[in-house]
Amino acid sequence: MSAEAHYTRYHPQWYRRRVSVWWWLQSWRYTKFVLRELTSVFVAFFAVITLWQLRALVDGPQAYTQFVRGLKSSPLVAVHGVAFLFVLFHSISWFHLAPKAMVMRLRGKRVPDWVIVGLNYFAWLIASGTIAWLLLRG
Amino acid sequence: MGSREKLPPTVTLAVTRYRPEEESEPTLQTYEAPYRKDWVVLDALNYIKDKVDGSLSFRWSCRMGVCGSCGMMVNGEPKLTCAAFLSDYLPGPIRVEPLQFFPIVRDLVVDMTDFLHKLKKVKPWVVREEERPLSEGEYRQTPEQLDIYKQFSMCINCMLCYAACPIYGLEPGFVGPAAIALAQRYNLDSRDIGAQERLDILSGKDGIWECTFVGECTKVCPKNVDPAGAIQQYKLTGAAHWFKSVLLPWGRK
Repeated sequence: MSAEAHYTRYHPQWYRRRVSVWWWLQSWRYTKFVLRELTSVFVAFFAVITLWQLRALVDGPQAYTQFVRGLKSSPLVAVHGVAFLFVLFHSISWFHLAPKAMVMRLRGKRVPDWVIVGLNYFAWLIASGTIAWLLLRG
Repeated sequence: MGSREKLPPTVTLAVTRYRPEEESEPTLQTYEAPYRKDWVVLDALNYIKDKVDGSLSFRWSCRMGVCGSCGMMVNGEPKLTCAAFLSDYLPGPIRVEPLQFFPIVRDLVVDMTDFLHKLKKVKPWVVREEERPLSEGEYRQTPEQLDIYKQFSMCINCMLCYAACPIYGLEPGFVGPAAIALAQRYNLDSRDIGAQERLDILSGKDGIWECTFVGECTKVCPKNVDPAGAIQQYKLTGAAHWFKSVLLPWGRK
């Protein structure tokens, strides 16, 4: 491995290229992959916020009002906006990757990818609709 | 059409040269090759070797996308050069480099020992407890049973998926897309009973869990094998197996 290694006729000197730390900037597809991986940070962010909200709820009405007031501060609203976009990207990209991992067979035939993607969107719609109905019915 | 006049008479190729007896690092050398509408990058390389510079080294064999020998990076993307038409890369110059993440032996030739070693590790053959005597006839399979693994059996070992996989670049120990897809090909074969042996190998270090589902292996595969799909399906099997062995008292075996 030393720089002085010499070529000899029957033991050629192979060249090994090191992978740069910036490999993910090499092509847009790699960058998109890294962004997709980063979305999990924002998913965790929403999970933590929700836990925090639950704690405020348990602590009583006053704590909850304070928590909600805190949420309304403009930096936090901005962070939420960015986080929402990333979580959206997360959901959509994983919905489209789902058929790769899930192979369903109906009467010996593989269920087409679009059906599996469609089912994911359908479940998403139902879940969002149910939550919206629960929150807005009052 | 009158497009004949508009075609460029030649196309420039910037090709990696690495002569270990002369230089310590690869360099790019440019060559001119005639442009023909029906020529692929491999035709241009063969022209160069034949007429311009006989010292240029590269691998090729069948010229029809079956042998898997002529994989190279064309403009930074892993391609079978026998299927990469010059017309898709106009006006050029076209950058032709050896498959990335593999050690370069000379010019466009990479060393594939690592891949062959990994391939062997996953037991890519039909594993059986006992071979039936010939007199009992062949092992029969229904079209449905064939259909389950056929896609994964189309692999031609061209290693384009390894050159597309940043995980393989960063973690050279990773068994890699093609070898896992081929393991899955035999797991899904109704005649095979080696799934457990392969799972033991592939659920360990450097196996399926190294994969972070970049998905590029599937995109570059010239045979639509879908190695990324194979690995994700394998992960589901592996996870289900783990849960069974941990949660169910009779699951441990």
